[in-house]
Amino acid sequence: MSAMTNQYFETTAGYRKWTLYLLGIGTLALALGFIFLGVSSDEHARTRFWAVLLQNSTFFLLVVNASMFFICVTTLAMGGWQMSFRRVPEAISTIVPIFSVLALLVFVGIIFGHQHHIYHWIDKEHVEHDPVLKGKSGFLNPTFFLGWTILTLVVWTWVGRKMRQLSQRADSPFTDEEAKGYMWTNSVWASVFTVFFGLTVASTIPWFWLMSIDAHWYSTMYSWYTFASTFVSGMALIALFVIYLKNQDRLEYVTEEHLHDLGKFMFAFSVFWTYLWYSQFMLIWYANIPEETIYFKVRSQGPYRFIFYLNLVMNFVLPFLLLIRRGAKRNYTTVAYLAVLIILGHWIDFYQMVMPGPLGANYSLGWYEFGILAFYAGLIMHFAGKALAKSPLLPEHHPLVKESLIHHT
Amino acid sequence: MALKKFAVGCFDEEGTLFHAVARVREAGYKIHDVYTPFPVHGLDKAMGLRDTSLHTAGFIYGLTGTTTAVTFMSWVFTKDWPVNIGGKPHFALPAWIPITFELTVLMAAVGMVLTFCYICQLAPFVKKHHFHPRATDDLFVMVIECGEKTDKVAVKALLTDLHATEVNTQVAEDGWWIGRYDKEQKLYHEPIVA
Repeated sequence: MSAMTNQYFETTAGYRKWTLYLLGIGTLALALGFIFLGVSSDEHARTRFWAVLLQNSTFFLLVVNASMFFICVTTLAMGGWQMSFRRVPEAISTIVPIFSVLALLVFVGIIFGHQHHIYHWIDKEHVEHDPVLKGKSGFLNPTFFLGWTILTLVVWTWVGRKMRQLSQRADSPFTDEEAKGYMWTNSVWASVFTVFFGLTVASTIPWFWLMSIDAHWYSTMYSWYTFASTFVSGMALIALFVIYLKNQDRLEYVTEEHLHDLGKFMFAFSVFWTYLWYSQFMLIWYANIPEETIYFKVRSQGPYRFIFYLNLVMNFVLPFLLLIRRGAKRNYTTVAYLAVLIILGHWIDFYQMVMPGPLGANYSLGWYEFGILAFYAGLIMHFAGKALAKSPLLPEHHPLVKESLIHHT
Repeated sequence: MALKKFAVGCFDEEGTLFHAVARVREAGYKIHDVYTPFPVHGLDKAMGLRDTSLHTAGFIYGLTGTTTAVTFMSWVFTKDWPVNIGGKPHFALPAWIPITFELTVLMAAVGMVLTFCYICQLAPFVKKHHFHPRATDDLFVMVIECGEKTDKVAVKALLTDLHATEVNTQVAEDGWWIGRYDKEQKLYHEPIVA
């Protein structure tokens, strides 16, 4: 293969303009939010300021980290089909360390700023008189929370970096012996990441970051449900970038076959999310034990009723009906629109996971919430665009590249 | 039951087969079918077959399952025999979702399998003519339908040109029949005319 100019991506003027707009709106929202909400004398306003930051920083961190999970599981499964756009999830995963720092700042802000409306368990005095929280305090305490969070973020960043470095090696040719060793090294690091991912995203991390908002309540489905939510959004984000690059005449080896598989991921994991969402809901609804139903009381019958059903429509009904046809999954326009819908839908899902605890009926979905959303969208565009420009879009000498070029579903 | 004339060409490799399929279609002949030892990716496109409607049928079967489950359970639990179960409402939709889901999947799956068998004419005791015994082993067998005016010599020459390793014409039963192959000696033996 000759070196082609469209093997490289350079951010266009339009891309930079939109990034700048989004970042501008986002920074403005963050600044105004800090002035009007963050340092306000009203406790609700301060809680809203931090709760929205918590929702967005955890959601988008988990979404960009889903890209690295995707790379690692396809590596372990010896999947070659994704090679023609492999550099896209790699570029998205470079954002993990940046969003890790932002999330850590938010956690530090909440814990040391003593935002006990968000995390009740940081209030030592309250925990003393609360047998449930006292019982959980061996696990649910600021030291363990921050320690485990920092360890998690460091490992995600470190192993993710390792996987990306390994991928850079595929820009130059291999001998047969080297290729075998290369596949082995890749598998080892990918399994390290996958196992650690299971220990964090599929269990402990959602307990700490999100489930501890409603610290009295617990659900064993919660972490899987969070994982499904962020994984399907992560796949949608990858699809969006792939479609954008395809529109820019890059990724010449990506065909509708690859798009079809990305569409299948979006479809399948929307259904998987619904399965977990419903299992969590139905068991609690059926058993009807007050200490469990309190979580859904406020959501399905209280002030969040509209968002509760909107969540189901955006993340199940629409993706299910609109993506079920083969033709829809092979159509760039349909997949692009549905990717946006899915990301927004799961952003709403995270909103209804976070807000009822800290804010109750006093929630609002206004300039600040959407401003922070724009801020994170801008950050993703900026950093992913920069990372995409750094290396060729095809890991040309990867042993599995041929599989992707002839991929056929 | 109708006997038809066919020209049969056997190929050793996928590569030559794809090329031959394209050339035979260009030449304007009607391909009856291509028999391969394993599913060949892209052959359906090369032969110009339309996409299957099996998935549309599957969607309709699934919808039938959903409707059956929901209507039946709502009739039972609200009209026919309302029972107070743990203080739940009679119309307890969340409790019915698993059953609705199962019935949707069941009807979609069973319906699609049966439809597939019907389309492919697969059933116990149903027999169809085999154009070459090695089609299930290692040969790619292309069968061209010959009409009244088809020049059989030209077809055979074309197939030989396209690197078919074996070429013949057969008069064979077009559809299916019920019975056994050994009772159909006439059908099976007669057509193999060089």
